[in-house]
Amino acid sequence: MIPEPKVISTTINGDEKQVLVSERDSLLEALRDRIGMTGAKEGCNNGNCGACAVIMDGRLVNSCCVMAVEADGSEVMTVEGLASREELHPLQSEFLQNAALQCGICTPGFLMSSYALLQEKPNPTEEEARFWLAGNLCRCTGYDKIIESVLTVAKG
Amino acid sequence: MVATDKPKYKIIGTRPARPDGVDKVTGRAQYGADLKLEGLIYGAVLRSPHAHAIIKSIDTTKAEALPGVHAVATNADFPGSSNTTEILEPGKANERWAADNILAGPKALYHGHGVAAVAADDMHIAQDALALIEVEYEILPPVVDVQDAMQDGSPILHSGLRTGVRAAGVDTKSDIETNLASHMRLERGDVEEGFKEADITVEREFTSSQFHQGYIEPQNAAAWWSMDGRLSVWTSTQGAFSARDATADILKIPVSDIKVTPMEIGGGFGGKIPIYLEPIAAVLSKKSNRPVKMWMEREAVFQATGPTASSYSKVKIGVTREGKITAAYCTFAMGAGAFPGSPVGAGVQCALAPYAIENQVVDGLDVVLNTPKTAAYRAPGAPATEYAVESVLDEIAEQLDMDPIDLRLANVAEEGDRNSSGTPWPKIGAKEVLEAMKSHPHYLSEIQGEDVGRGIAVGFWFNGGMESSSSARVNKDGSIALIMGSTDIGGTRASIPMQMAETLGVTYEQIAPQVTDTDSVGYTAVTGGSRTTFAGGWVAYELGQMIKSEMKERAAKIWDVDSGSISYTDDGEIVGPNDKDGNEQKFSFNELAGKLQSTGGLIAVSASSSHTTQGAAYGGHIVDLKVDRDTGKVEILRYTAVQDVGTAIHPSYVEGQIQGGVAQGIGMALNEEYYYDDDGHLMNGSFLDYRIPVANDLPMLDVELVEVPNPGHPYGVRGVGEVPIVPPQPTIRNAMYDAIGVRFYHNPMSPRRVLDELL
Ligand code: FES
Ligand code: FES
Repeated sequence: MIPEPKVISTTINGDEKQVLVSERDSLLEALRDRIGMTGAKEGCNNGNCGACAVIMDGRLVNSCCVMAVEADGSEVMTVEGLASREELHPLQSEFLQNAALQCGICTPGFLMSSYALLQEKPNPTEEEARFWLAGNLCRCTGYDKIIESVLTVAKG
Repeated sequence: MVATDKPKYKIIGTRPARPDGVDKVTGRAQYGADLKLEGLIYGAVLRSPHAHAIIKSIDTTKAEALPGVHAVATNADFPGSSNTTEILEPGKANERWAADNILAGPKALYHGHGVAAVAADDMHIAQDALALIEVEYEILPPVVDVQDAMQDGSPILHSGLRTGVRAAGVDTKSDIETNLASHMRLERGDVEEGFKEADITVEREFTSSQFHQGYIEPQNAAAWWSMDGRLSVWTSTQGAFSARDATADILKIPVSDIKVTPMEIGGGFGGKIPIYLEPIAAVLSKKSNRPVKMWMEREAVFQATGPTASSYSKVKIGVTREGKITAAYCTFAMGAGAFPGSPVGAGVQCALAPYAIENQVVDGLDVVLNTPKTAAYRAPGAPATEYAVESVLDEIAEQLDMDPIDLRLANVAEEGDRNSSGTPWPKIGAKEVLEAMKSHPHYLSEIQGEDVGRGIAVGFWFNGGMESSSSARVNKDGSIALIMGSTDIGGTRASIPMQMAETLGVTYEQIAPQVTDTDSVGYTAVTGGSRTTFAGGWVAYELGQMIKSEMKERAAKIWDVDSGSISYTDDGEIVGPNDKDGNEQKFSFNELAGKLQSTGGLIAVSASSSHTTQGAAYGGHIVDLKVDRDTGKVEILRYTAVQDVGTAIHPSYVEGQIQGGVAQGIGMALNEEYYYDDDGHLMNGSFLDYRIPVANDLPMLDVELVEVPNPGHPYGVRGVGEVPIVPPQPTIRNAMYDAIGVRFYHNPMSPRRVLDELL
């Protein structure tokens, strides 16, 4: 049986939104298929790749592993909310300048995880950055330029 | 460090930001799964739970009756598939196999083989509908191992496959069913005589598991089949034109009825050359009269796309006491998966390519198995064959008590030497790579510590040429719109305009590149084979020359002089003879662009070309590693990749290609592999269980670029992306011996296998 749709209210990147979702939707599906915000990516849909990472009520989460109904009443920040109206976030410009992306599919997830890392630990060592970002898979870069970029931004 | 004697370029060799970068860091870039269309519905595929089974019946009535379901499709909807015959006519066969791989024909041939598909209002309803489809199977015994599949009495995949291969120790009579799809041989000189001259001969056998490309973006496709007969397809693909042509073959419609729009692509590495979903989405769209979008679940990506071939290799090499190779005899068998077509041919050509060897035989066998149909994966075929050769050479170096780099230098192929096919090499950089390795601070450094070891190996890939097309328009402000047929998988929207800017002497920023659909640009082969910066650069150069001569014509008109008296400077200035009063006459590029409309219109040029002068490339790697005797885990302590890149157009992306390839190679060497149970079920179809290297598995990967320009390219470009995946497996294997005194003969050298050797 198709479950009854539900309305959730969630603040996304500062905008309050009422969204009609299926009870079976993950937050990732709600963002992508119901709201049409496709910055968060689906790489695995089971918590193993980090491409869908967003920040929910201050915590880094894989949005494929959060039910949309759980996000009712919460604040969600996605990659679309990282840049200000005027300029890119320093992580975004450093990733771009330093070629920390090739295909770019992992980039939204890495940016959100790196953002959360720098909130938690503004000055990580290389080892700390590598451990923190171990939940994000990148198949293109070998991670060098991603780690370098995060450390460069941390140094300011 | 970059060689200093290279010609000085203004733009080539700099590191500008890529034009598609802002969209990619802000989440705006549109990958295939991000597409939105009015009235869109969602498609999903039911997959076989069995590795080998006859499909006796498929009943979709219940699924069709589910509210929210709009259409159902099976193999019978593909006119190109033909459910009826197993007889393989040459030429016809591949087309049918391509259709039968997408949705199974008479048999399901691997675990996860597509069987039926539905389209519904959302993905959840589509999944519900799949559960309502009833399929009756007759289960057959599967075969998933290359050597098993070649044995008499092995389960047979295709009853029509009777190839009569008689070589390399196998003899399949032409009237007998077999899994051996084809045999190829390269032969030069006299191997028997060669081995007689050898003082030492080493022969070893090797095997390797299947590896997956592991791109983070699952396959996707959307289709809208309009009632006017026009089919529009949106997909993340390495080749919009090849996707169009393959879709046309399966649906039996003219290519002119199909427009493929390539979306941004989230990694491919060869795995997004074949099509998997496009014809299904098309059929579902036609049946529902709605646009249909599909993407694969990660488990389906592992079960039904990629992977690389598993392999069996036997390599025998003879050398003199001085280390000169006198003969080599190699046999390679590769698992193609469910349908013929492993990359064994390319592997055979690459196996001995780093060396000049007078007497050699290289045999290749293509074997079908109950596993997914293999797809290209970065230097397809080469990692397995070169791993075997580089491993044998390491053992020879030890027996001769010779430095392993010196052994390779004693045999290295140079300009004029002949490759395995007998063709003389043009200028190649194999020797330069070995010399750079030998003098590298990493190689000169001391290593110490218990269970710590160092290894080296080299790798080769021939790189691709093939057809590329582009068009360019000069706007009135001097900016240039560059339309390209090559999908951009990792920075070619930077590296190709950089070459055009260099040709024209204009800035990189004034060229606006765009990748476009198959109706809007000339035929362009896939982004693969390390060809795109080479071939796209050629076309950009040719377009640049056309624009230059047209600019001179326009200036000639304005100054009323002969265009032969006009020159075009490296800075993009158009300079004419002095006027009557002796004053200099010249235009900047942008000034003259402003006068184009009044002298005959804005300039629009297009070009297609296919150059066969691609530059073969070599890389050599050095690793220091440490083996944990308690867990069998290997830690990479230091890694250096030296590579001849011809000319590094955008060094950051060149380094990135090499680092990415090395990381994949390390995964193949140490822990990635497909696990099948006895019934042929893939047991590890997730990123948790098929574990690719993550950030804390790796150290920084040092890259040393050697630039030996390719004489067959205006800017000396060789390909870059594939070579780096070749050396890691033997490099690490050779270091393992140095660390713990064990020679491994299988990849990956996973913790379990390491412990098996140590305990
Ligand atoms: S899609 Fe959520 S972790 Fe991979
Ligand atoms: S840039 Fe392609 S997966 Fe990270």
